[in-house]
Amino acid sequence: MEKVNTRHSILRLLLISIVVLFSFSQNLLAQDEAAPADQEESADAKAAASSAGGDAAKGKELFNSLCASCHKRYKRSTGPALNGVTSRHDKDWLYRWVKNSQALIAAGDAEAVAIYEEFNETAMTPFPQLSNEDIDNILAYVEQPKPEPTANVQANAGGGESSGGGVSSDIILGVLAFVLLLLVVVLVLVNKTLNRFAAASGVQVQEKESRKPIWKAFVENQFLVIVTAVFLLLAGGYFVYGYLMQVGVDQGYAPVQPIHYSHRIHAGDNEIECKYCHSSARVSKTSGVPSLNVCMNCHKSISEVADASSPNTSVTEEYSKEFYDGEIAKLYDAVGWDPSTQSYTGESKPVKWVRIHNLPDFAYFNHSQHVSVAGVMCQECHGPVEEMEIMRQYAPLTMGWCINCHRKTNVKMEGNEYYEKIHDELSKKYGVETLTAAQMGATECGKCHY
Amino acid sequence: MSSNKKYWKSVEELNENSPVVEKLRQNEFVEEIPTDKFLGDKDSLESSATSRRDFLKFVGFSTAAASLAACEGPVTKTIPYVVQPERIVPGVANYYATTMADGFDFASVLVKTREGRPIKIESNKLAKASLGANARVHASVLSLYDNKRLKRPQIDGEDVSWEELDRQVGGALRSVGGQKVLLTSTMASPSTSKLINEFSAKYANVKHVVYDAISEDAALDAYQMKYGTRALANYDFSKAGVIVSVGADFLADWQAGGNDVSYAKSRIPKNGKMSRHIQFEGNMTQTGAKADKRVPVKPSQQKAVLAAIYGYIVGGAKSNLSPRLDDIVVKAVRQLRDAGSKAVVVSGITDVNAQLLVLAINDALGSEVMDKSNPKLVRQGNAKQVQQLIKDMNAGNVGALMVAGVNPAYSLPNVEAFKAGLRKVDVSIAFSMKKDETAKLCKYIAATSHYLENWGDVQLTKKDFSLMQPTIRPLFDTRQFQDTLLKWSGSETNYRDYIKQTWSGSISSWNEALHDGVFEASSPVVSEEELGAVATPNYSTALRDLATSEESEFELTLYTKVGMGDGQQANNPWLQEFPDPLTRVSWDNYLVISKADADKLDLENPTVSNGALNGSYVNLKVGDNVVKNVPILIQPGQAKGAVGLALGYGKKEAVQKEMQVGVNAYPLYKDFNAFQNVTIEKADGIHEFACVQLQSTMAGRDDIVKETTLEIFNTEDKHHWNPTPEVDYDHNEISVREEKASLWNEFDREIGHHFNLSIDLNACTGCGACVIACHSENNVPVVGKDEVRKFRDMHWLRVDRYYSSADTFKQEQKDLEDLPAFETYDKIENASYDNPEVAFQPVMCQHCNHAPCETVCPVAATSHGRQGQNHMAYNRCVGTRYCANNCPYKVRRFNWFLYNENEEFDYHMNNDLGRMVLNPDVTVRSRGVMEKCSMCIQITQKTILDAKRDGRVVGDDEFFTACSRACDQGAMTFGDINNKNSEIVEKKNDERMYHLLESIGTKPNVMYQTLVKNTGDL
Repeated sequence: MEKVNTRHSILRLLLISIVVLFSFSQNLLAQDEAAPADQEESADAKAAASSAGGDAAKGKELFNSLCASCHKRYKRSTGPALNGVTSRHDKDWLYRWVKNSQALIAAGDAEAVAIYEEFNETAMTPFPQLSNEDIDNILAYVEQPKPEPTANVQANAGGGESSGGGVSSDIILGVLAFVLLLLVVVLVLVNKTLNRFAAASGVQVQEKESRKPIWKAFVENQFLVIVTAVFLLLAGGYFVYGYLMQVGVDQGYAPVQPIHYSHRIHAGDNEIECKYCHSSARVSKTSGVPSLNVCMNCHKSISEVADASSPNTSVTEEYSKEFYDGEIAKLYDAVGWDPSTQSYTGESKPVKWVRIHNLPDFAYFNHSQHVSVAGVMCQECHGPVEEMEIMRQYAPLTMGWCINCHRKTNVKMEGNEYYEKIHDELSKKYGVETLTAAQMGATECGKCHY
Repeated sequence: MSSNKKYWKSVEELNENSPVVEKLRQNEFVEEIPTDKFLGDKDSLESSATSRRDFLKFVGFSTAAASLAACEGPVTKTIPYVVQPERIVPGVANYYATTMADGFDFASVLVKTREGRPIKIESNKLAKASLGANARVHASVLSLYDNKRLKRPQIDGEDVSWEELDRQVGGALRSVGGQKVLLTSTMASPSTSKLINEFSAKYANVKHVVYDAISEDAALDAYQMKYGTRALANYDFSKAGVIVSVGADFLADWQAGGNDVSYAKSRIPKNGKMSRHIQFEGNMTQTGAKADKRVPVKPSQQKAVLAAIYGYIVGGAKSNLSPRLDDIVVKAVRQLRDAGSKAVVVSGITDVNAQLLVLAINDALGSEVMDKSNPKLVRQGNAKQVQQLIKDMNAGNVGALMVAGVNPAYSLPNVEAFKAGLRKVDVSIAFSMKKDETAKLCKYIAATSHYLENWGDVQLTKKDFSLMQPTIRPLFDTRQFQDTLLKWSGSETNYRDYIKQTWSGSISSWNEALHDGVFEASSPVVSEEELGAVATPNYSTALRDLATSEESEFELTLYTKVGMGDGQQANNPWLQEFPDPLTRVSWDNYLVISKADADKLDLENPTVSNGALNGSYVNLKVGDNVVKNVPILIQPGQAKGAVGLALGYGKKEAVQKEMQVGVNAYPLYKDFNAFQNVTIEKADGIHEFACVQLQSTMAGRDDIVKETTLEIFNTEDKHHWNPTPEVDYDHNEISVREEKASLWNEFDREIGHHFNLSIDLNACTGCGACVIACHSENNVPVVGKDEVRKFRDMHWLRVDRYYSSADTFKQEQKDLEDLPAFETYDKIENASYDNPEVAFQPVMCQHCNHAPCETVCPVAATSHGRQGQNHMAYNRCVGTRYCANNCPYKVRRFNWFLYNENEEFDYHMNNDLGRMVLNPDVTVRSRGVMEKCSMCIQITQKTILDAKRDGRVVGDDEFFTACSRACDQGAMTFGDINNKNSEIVEKKNDERMYHLLESIGTKPNVMYQTLVKNTGDL
């Protein structure tokens, strides 16, 4: 018996050590949260000092409020990229252009007409309110050289390090496993040697007196057998039932989509209202997968994500800027948008999204009833979408789940004339002020199955 | 103690030495099992590499694979628009006003589209012209998704591009000599007329011939003689006090149809008054069934009757009718005279003389029922010109023939002459949606689009116009007739701009007209040159000619069925499965014949052991034309000596095999005359019908169709003519409506909505538009002829037809009471063959408040809703069919098979194109579940949701169902009885209101309004 005991303690020791080692490796993994320095600001400041004509900081403010909707500094947008504009045109001309470009074009200025025609005859908004000094400031800002991707390299290096951490933990685990294996071998060897010693020195190893094996005793005890059988059957039934009940329930289903669309960036970081894109949820039974023209409302001017150095970047360790930019490029490809000419090519390829929420054909669900009438938050059924990098089915979407909510949720009747009379009558009938959806008949079969 | 008895199978066995016995003892089976038959022959079996082991392996593998595959849910893709059209919101229906005009049916309609697909037709309530959407119009949406449509133009049977066709046809038209003839259906389109004129100007020697498969020449010619315009008289029966019809089935397709709407208005008793309707006819028709007095007379006598009426009212020849008939005519004439300007006479005799007399009679009566200022223009066919064309073709005078919208090679009585003529035409062009009989014979086929893909303008009457706009892009590479014509005229404009231009000066707002679909105006296009000098009407010769019509033993009346019309939509399974309102036979046409004549010819109509109906065959002969193997159907009320046969069946080309049913009666349509003298001879064999109702009487029960006369209705108390059934309670008789009469506790129905449907049996003409509307709204499957024969039809809504077993329903009830029990069966279970009364009764799920079906469902798949509907959860149903057995109204339908995506039921649900018509809001049911009318809960839910979203109370009469919306007659009213302003409350409190089989205490939410007939002193 003693021996058995010791053997157990050895096993326990081994288990504990494994657990301890694992928790260490977890710590190793958790260590590498790097805080990148806010480098752009300092770069800006440096550049401001170097640029002679104006105050780049003031210029940045003006640029962001007035120009940014159509212009980018280093990239063509609705209008041309502004970096290098002072070398393309002389300053006086620029003052006149900014203050009233249409007058310039009307006057037949060759340069002005050329630009006007190049950009699909889109007239630039005149800014007569800007003084020459303001324009100088803006120019100072836009003429700052494009920051070298040094910060980027650093960030990448940081990323590399952290991923290195991941690799090293694997190695540690491997080494640990090897050590454990070695220990086992050593123990076996030691045991063998001891036995040999015992044999050699004539020590009698105490023989265990043979008792009835426990399984035999068990088998002979009919009561125990029956109880165990009943228990096993019940347990089996429980698990089989549990297994069967989750067949066809796709909670957590998160398929790979043809375009990696991040709800985290759109609904989370940028706080875009759900119904901006899923507009039909307000009026229709379907929430509607947004058509690509909706994407292009913003993505016409957003062709890339802010890089990791920016304070409001969306880039994570897992998904780099290149990755996201590539996904935006996929959108352009699908919708047929040529970012270099800022125009549609007319060749579109509809995107075949993988549908995540699949209600069976016999269940009728209407988004507008829940969203517009009941005022249910999207998150209530779809979960914290604003945190989901990859969209997944949050709720089980089973009938029990629907019914439970209908039983618990009060109907939002305030301010809705439709409910006034019904509310009065029903609240009198049930003697309550608030009514649940179920009391309004929302658990009747025919309300969802027809 | 065990028995030692010896059992033997045959006497032979008693003989110990019999070799037979010994042999049988050795063999397990008496005859060798024909294993080769199901295993294939031995040689091939041995040479096969697949051993038994392999076979088992395959079985095992496939089972494992199948179960593995079942574990994983399918990946569903969803593809949004790249650029979403502004007006389309996925999941929300859009409605467009357009016009159906196929040369036979003309109607202003609203088209419901979902995600850009038209899925349902409704009638346009803004339309003033009385052309309601009938069953065929409602079904026309399915013809859009017809698999047999031409997908692109063809030359000599080979697919070509439009450029190629335009090039070749352009060249051919320029080079060919002789006449160039456009043979079209009635287009009734000002813009098309204008366009054809321009086309004629471009190519010299162009002639336009209009051909209606079902000719209205007689009426058109008569109207032209009398009033100078080639048009059809426009009747507004809602103004009528007394209607006398001589052979006019004016509730169906008589003179372009659409009269049932105004008729129904005059038939609802208001302030104790309703119109009186007297019908003389040969065939039993829907119109006759609705008449207060129906007189069965054969066609030749109908002419005499009309002549007599003319004689009595206008003066002239004396009546040569039998005293009995004369007496009736005299009475009818007295009624007409008394009604004065509210009287009207109509006739379906396809004889210009008869039509002329009708106009004269109405003129003499000063009838205001006919609107002379606004005649109908939806028939313009000219049979004389068509016959002249065939002559010209055979004479080789026609260089090019362009056939648009008609199928003369199928529908002409003299098809052979047409075909022979066509062979002599150098350039033959068919504008057709199908590769039908005519298109097949033509060199060029310009594939045309369906009206739901077209632009157009239609002149329904002189003042009423209706616009056609596309509701979907052409599904195939097709082009509408007018666009092709524009192209060939060398014009660059498209037809839409062309119409807009036509109307530019005549209507104030194009957009408004397009939105409404209908507008009033005067035509901006001067109609084509008038057809020669018009003969002045000579009534006395007309009268003489009419009175001296020859009589024959059998006189055939050719008619069109509500379901099939002229046969253009023969490939439409909804219409094929639509049961005829009177005979209740689907998937067929047949010769209707009176019982006496059938007995004389030894023809029979037996009901076979499985409950289905069979019929003998006959051969029909008119002149030299013979139509063989026409099944017969004995029709109660059919005049002796009169037989009837429906046109529009027996089409073979571009019709799916399953739908090539019936016989083509057009060869009998000699000289486009609907009345023909025919000889009938019995043929061998027996025909199998698919008839959905063989029970033809109510067997004396008075709580199915309640019926009374206007006189009793006006004078007696309600309890006399519409008593509420009483039940025994505590040895006292109490009304079944009392709460204590019921076994069950009442639900609380005071709060929220509570839906009721009222059906006015007076207004219902049995037209069946509701049946098709229900079909399309609720994805009701088509099951095919064989299944219908087994009474497995899936219609959620049926229109029952009952004949009286005696002369009247009242007499039938008396017979039941008076006759000894053993004699009642023969008497009251069989319809009176002479002249029974007829009643139509639409029956759908009655949505009982105390529903017998709900209590017997073992899985609670059917349950009661607070809003009055009886719900049916298909996903819960396990198919025990207890509910159907317990339903006293027999309105539940069981899915015996999977009717979608199943090769065995190769109708629209079995192909991608046909499935586009499905309503996405309603489940497509699977095999093994029960289904039934849901009172269109998807529509009421939508109405409520719309109100909730807008934060308003639902409007007074905002609720509707598919059937109530389809019923232009106003027979069906749907609404919320908890809304006191609603029309349905009025109906519920109406004295005529009763429930079907009320005595059994089911408390239905569907109610009926007692049928009142204005028989008076007839």
